[in-house]
Amino acid sequence: MERELEFEKPVVELERAIEKLKNSAAENKGDFGPHIEELEKKCEERKREIYDALSPWQTVQVARHPKRPVLHDYISLIFKDFVELHGDRCFGDDRALIGGFAKLDAQKVMLVGHSKGKNIDENVRRNFGMAKPEGYRKALRLMRLAEKFNVPVVSFIDTSGAYPGLDAEQRGQAEAIARNLTEMAKLEIPVVAIVTGEGGSGGALGIGVADSVLMLANAVYSVISPEGCASILWRDASYSAQAAESLKITAKSLLSLGVIDEIVKEPAGGAHSNHQATANAIKSALLKHLKKLIPLSPQKLIQRRFEKFSEMGKFTK
Amino acid sequence: MGWFTKKSKEPSGKKQHHHDEIWIRCQSCSAHIFKQDFLNNISVCPKCGWHGKLNAYERIGITLDSGTFREMFETVRPCDPLRFVDGKGPYSEKAEQARAKTKLNESVVTGTGKINGLEVVVGVMDFRFLGGSLGSGTGEKILQAANYAYDHRIPYIIFSASGGARMHEGILSLMQMAKTCAGVARLDERRVPFISVLTDPTTGGVSASFAMVGDVNIAEPGALIGFAGRRVIEQTIKQKLPEDFQTAEFVLEHGFLDAIVHRRDMKGALHLILSYYNR
Repeated sequence: MERELEFEKPVVELERAIEKLKNSAAENKGDFGPHIEELEKKCEERKREIYDALSPWQTVQVARHPKRPVLHDYISLIFKDFVELHGDRCFGDDRALIGGFAKLDAQKVMLVGHSKGKNIDENVRRNFGMAKPEGYRKALRLMRLAEKFNVPVVSFIDTSGAYPGLDAEQRGQAEAIARNLTEMAKLEIPVVAIVTGEGGSGGALGIGVADSVLMLANAVYSVISPEGCASILWRDASYSAQAAESLKITAKSLLSLGVIDEIVKEPAGGAHSNHQATANAIKSALLKHLKKLIPLSPQKLIQRRFEKFSEMGKFTK
Repeated sequence: MGWFTKKSKEPSGKKQHHHDEIWIRCQSCSAHIFKQDFLNNISVCPKCGWHGKLNAYERIGITLDSGTFREMFETVRPCDPLRFVDGKGPYSEKAEQARAKTKLNESVVTGTGKINGLEVVVGVMDFRFLGGSLGSGTGEKILQAANYAYDHRIPYIIFSASGGARMHEGILSLMQMAKTCAGVARLDERRVPFISVLTDPTTGGVSASFAMVGDVNIAEPGALIGFAGRRVIEQTIKQKLPEDFQTAEFVLEHGFLDAIVHRRDMKGALHLILSYYNR
């Protein structure tokens, strides 16, 4: 069994029991059918209970789960005819932030998204999904291409943050993100973004200025990681759970703060327990939002987007 | 991540303050300077030229023609939308302390005024107010000032001084990056100039939003400008960073600034650039 999460233990134990019974049944040691069914039902219920009551810090663990689907899973489960387009035409090709044409059923789109790996080698190659300026510049190039081809943009957000490194600073990490925020406000085509795992601060927002912003139920989206916040405001990273609580980073909190438009449900047991079901839910949510946005004129889209982000924030006048 | 690790220098500043009212110590050359000489020299070290921080009204005083500043949106203030409590207590109290200490309502002062007779809209950040952090109120004022510039077709200048996003407002603080950028993005549509002046420090969420996308980006000498904090980067790449890393000079060298201008020449430079603008 892969690294299980502490709070998943009751479910894992049930699953093991079911597995055992199934093996015994297969070896003809008796009829366990009704028994297995009952256990499976119980297991589903337990999963539902556990996942409905996750704390913000537990949600962070789910959002970072090593088995959670990554962009490449979604590309094969949701899209077809993906044509990856490489390079920012300035410096290089960032494997942590990728993109290209893709089809959602018959709907043609430009897909951009953070690309985490599924193992160490892959993660090293993809810099753990932490993009550098060339990644953000490539994404902007592709979004402008989408404008020219008149196809909507679909953005998949899953990053712990933009890469904090010497080379990234030299090449203008701040400018690259800032440019995207500014230019995305002016895109003449619909943009739908979904936070699928970690929405890590400016690195997430750099491809997140969208007409509809969706979020998987167990994804998190935050201005800073709970660990980072704890080590600054509590001067001790062991207060991460409290920081996660205070920062209001779960999909539910973000919906009530008006930052996201819809929560996309995950199967009981989290996205990692059933990639296909998660992908299906994302696909229908994307299609629903695209259908609503595609008829709007470029002027209307830009106006709506401006108004949407103008209203973000709460203050006293 | 990243930019929040840049801690406010307030505590050590306080100690120095307590240490002496008459003398100050230059943070660059360590020379002891007669405080009045320093202030008369627009808070620039007379020995080495180090640029100290100015508060928002000092900045307005040396930038706009005397008596022309008309403040706008001054009642906007923080409201603690998350009811955020950290190890030191509630954000609402922290914000109230900042208001009492600075006599400001937010980390930016906005309004209109004139530079050698040319009309401008200005947003001037004040580092004393929660490290100049980008709260919802800050974002609102920067956006409203941009909207005023848009509506009246008046050039917009923002002086940044900020450690970045305001963690105590969580995701809403992050959204101010998109909000402020949406505001300045619209200026292109009407050919309204936007000049960004980056002063010490301009980091994190402020550098990664409106401060970096000026039609012209100008910095003060030696200003700290960058995305991620030095300590975070050193921990990530496990190596020491060059001494000049993330200084205005470093950022100019890499192509993200148009110019570095000494404080005493800033007003003239802004006026000269705007004099090229054909409305």
